[in-house]
Amino acid sequence: MALSHASKRLLQASTVRHAAASSPTLLQAATSALIRLPSHPPTRFRSSSAGGKPSVTVREALNTALDQAMERDPNVCILGEEVAQYQGAYKITKGLWEKYGTDRVVDTPITEQGFAGLGVGAAFASVGGDVPRGGRLRPVVEFMTWNFAMQAIDQIVNSAAKTRYMSAGKIQVPIVFRGPNGAAAGVAGQHSQDYAAWYSHVPGLKVLMPYDAEDAKGLLTAAILDDDPVCVLEDEIMYGQTFQVDRRVMEPGFTVPIGQAKVMRAGRDVTVVAIGRWVGVALRAAEALRADEGVDVEVVNLRTVRPMDETTILESVMRTHHCVTVEGGFPQSGVGAEICARIMESEAFDYLDAPCERITGADVVMPYAKNLEARALPSEDDVKRAVRRQLQRPGATDGKSAAAR
Amino acid sequence: MSWRARLGRCIYRGWEWGAFGGAVTERKTWAQSRFSRERSARGGGKSVGRQRWWARRWASEASEVPSAAALAAPATTSAVQEAAARREVHFPGALLAPYTCRLAFEEATAVPIIPAYRLLDEQGTLLLSAAEAAALQHFPAAETVRRMYSTMVSLNVMDAILYAAQRQGRISFYMTTFCEEAAVVGSAAALHHDDEVFAQYREQGVLLWRGYTFQDFCDQCCGARDEPARGHQMPIHYGRRDMHFHTVSSTLATQIPHAVGAAYALKMDAAPRIAACYFGEGAASEGDFHAAMNFAATLECPVLFLCRNNGYAISTPASEQFRGDGIARRAAGYGMDALRCDGNDALAVYVAVRTARERVLRTQRPVLLEMLTYRGGHHSTSDDSSRYRSTEEIEFFMQHADPVARLRTYLAVDMQAERQAREHDRERVLEALGRAEAKPREPPLDMFTDVYAQLPPHLIRQRESLRAHLERMAARPSPSGTAEP
Repeated sequence: MALSHASKRLLQASTVRHAAASSPTLLQAATSALIRLPSHPPTRFRSSSAGGKPSVTVREALNTALDQAMERDPNVCILGEEVAQYQGAYKITKGLWEKYGTDRVVDTPITEQGFAGLGVGAAFASVGGDVPRGGRLRPVVEFMTWNFAMQAIDQIVNSAAKTRYMSAGKIQVPIVFRGPNGAAAGVAGQHSQDYAAWYSHVPGLKVLMPYDAEDAKGLLTAAILDDDPVCVLEDEIMYGQTFQVDRRVMEPGFTVPIGQAKVMRAGRDVTVVAIGRWVGVALRAAEALRADEGVDVEVVNLRTVRPMDETTILESVMRTHHCVTVEGGFPQSGVGAEICARIMESEAFDYLDAPCERITGADVVMPYAKNLEARALPSEDDVKRAVRRQLQRPGATDGKSAAAR
Repeated sequence: MSWRARLGRCIYRGWEWGAFGGAVTERKTWAQSRFSRERSARGGGKSVGRQRWWARRWASEASEVPSAAALAAPATTSAVQEAAARREVHFPGALLAPYTCRLAFEEATAVPIIPAYRLLDEQGTLLLSAAEAAALQHFPAAETVRRMYSTMVSLNVMDAILYAAQRQGRISFYMTTFCEEAAVVGSAAALHHDDEVFAQYREQGVLLWRGYTFQDFCDQCCGARDEPARGHQMPIHYGRRDMHFHTVSSTLATQIPHAVGAAYALKMDAAPRIAACYFGEGAASEGDFHAAMNFAATLECPVLFLCRNNGYAISTPASEQFRGDGIARRAAGYGMDALRCDGNDALAVYVAVRTARERVLRTQRPVLLEMLTYRGGHHSTSDDSSRYRSTEEIEFFMQHADPVARLRTYLAVDMQAERQAREHDRERVLEALGRAEAKPREPPLDMFTDVYAQLPPHLIRQRESLRAHLERMAARPSPSGTAEP
């Protein structure tokens, strides 16, 4: 087996005991050989364009957003485990360490509590025109998954979210926390929880859930530009999905407004409000319903969970008179519950022809077995059945999964 | 030569010549190479008795473990050749760890106790001669010492009054600094005015040193409208941007990684400033402490950790909080330098903090400074420490280790002047408290600002709804006849 350059240097260092101990250069070289491979050339994602609309994966969109943000503002830095030389646990930060260096793309020890706290401290910046004191960076903190962010949630909620208010606007925390959220594939209970409801509970935080590449690029850019702490809940399954986007989406400076939902598909009969990956499920269900049954479903991509775009939802419901929400999180106290409550509290309630319905993940700890996992998450069939129930059409109750109500 | 030795020699020779089918690799074990070296050093001849040989080997084994000095000494050519000849493999997790055949635990109790640096004894007598004091780098100027003393006295007076104010229901909460004044004020005096301070909750002395007035303290404790936080935070959660004092955070030890992050930002700025982080020995049990220490060491952040080891974390004594030698000894585990000082000796605290600060700036690496002190008062107004410690114990420390008394004796303060100063401070605090209580509170309609940078639509709606509600209420006569501000 041919030894890599790094391994050779490590062997060289290891076998020379006292020389290594007393020769700092060699020791430094040895340890640096451990942590630095020969540098890769900066990676450039290639995207194919068909008719002027490039095809971009969500991963590429996130990577480009980070790259453009770091290029524009030298204060933007990335903190997280494996973000540097490893190119990111999900390769979202690919090429950034080579381009921006160790100072700005920082590999951290394994302590979410530590690096979230460190990021918050680095971000503490005084508000107002005078010279910023102690910390003026705009960190982007990457959690390997949001499940592990529970170890850092005190720093996110008590130190990041509440500081502006507790200091009456004197201190701001322009930090972004991001990472994959929700169920992946076969990773069971401690790797599959959806935290949209948890973080959307907290005043002071903004919570974004991108669905496609345009959302990913625009929302992450907007999050980095925002002066408030923002949680960007991405989706591991969506990272590899390709979308055709307008050229302008991949330009620097393209943002999607925070706090504004997007109507992905206009419709007349039922409003389906979905977040994250479940927008895709809703869209596929809508296509199938249109093709097979002539039902016209309006799909609303919430994009921002907090502050929620109530107006778009209510307007849509007032037009269609029906509402179904789709999310992957547990049903109790979830995002769907919040949407239903808001509809009920508003004048849109009087326009409803049927009670709103929530499609959520099952109220169980996520199982591992494939068949169980599939039944613990919303599926296209669940959405279709719910739409049929709303419209009191046949085919509303056959073969319920655990995910539907 | 005995037959055993002869046989062994044959085997050894055969092994050397590659007999046994070359199954054994060329690499000699440590024992065999040493044997052959020793023999050649003896010039051959009769082999030494086995027991004596082994005895010598074990004895020299102990001296083979390189001391720090040996590691620091430049390697000789023969040592390099020796090591190369042995062809040992050292692992990345501990490249410098030598190998040993002697099984010996690193006994925690065998680690030397870190001595505490002090300059004044309990009676306030300087332990250095005048010449030594003059020669000591960073020894405080007389004016500084006097200012430290008057700040400690003011702190004392203010603490007593605001504690009593809580007892009377005038403020909701307070924490005192009794018996820790030197640790807080001495360190504040040694830091630069623009060093970023991340405090825990018992460091109001730092603010007092930096110019926070009695009025500011009272305004914050009363939640007055014109204090910086406008009544958004509970008492003792002070913060002052222009004094580089970050707002106190209730969640214990969260300020430690914040300080490291701020220090990292300062390092990237290449600013001649450090981050100084205060915490107690109890907070040092939190996960945040360990994460932050590790970070500061690995990222090489210019942060000075100041631990007030005051013996109690509410009711938990230090003996139940940790088993090691205080907090200072933990630094070595993180690869960080540490220092311990007598936290009730204001001069020692000053010199230690100033020296540590200079070291942090020069090396751009963190330092942990542990200040040994005693919590003379209760944990807070929500605590009655007589439930878990004897009044004799408290009296003992207040009598024999009071930092204010020690500095007073050292300075030979005129008691009459001090009584007047205390009385003067007392009047000013009471006046400030009265004024703060009378100040208006933030109007309800301003409650919604500063949740976010810009008021989001849903909060605008809520504010309008509240405005309409208040207008309706104002139009009605209230039962008590008094209007809400």
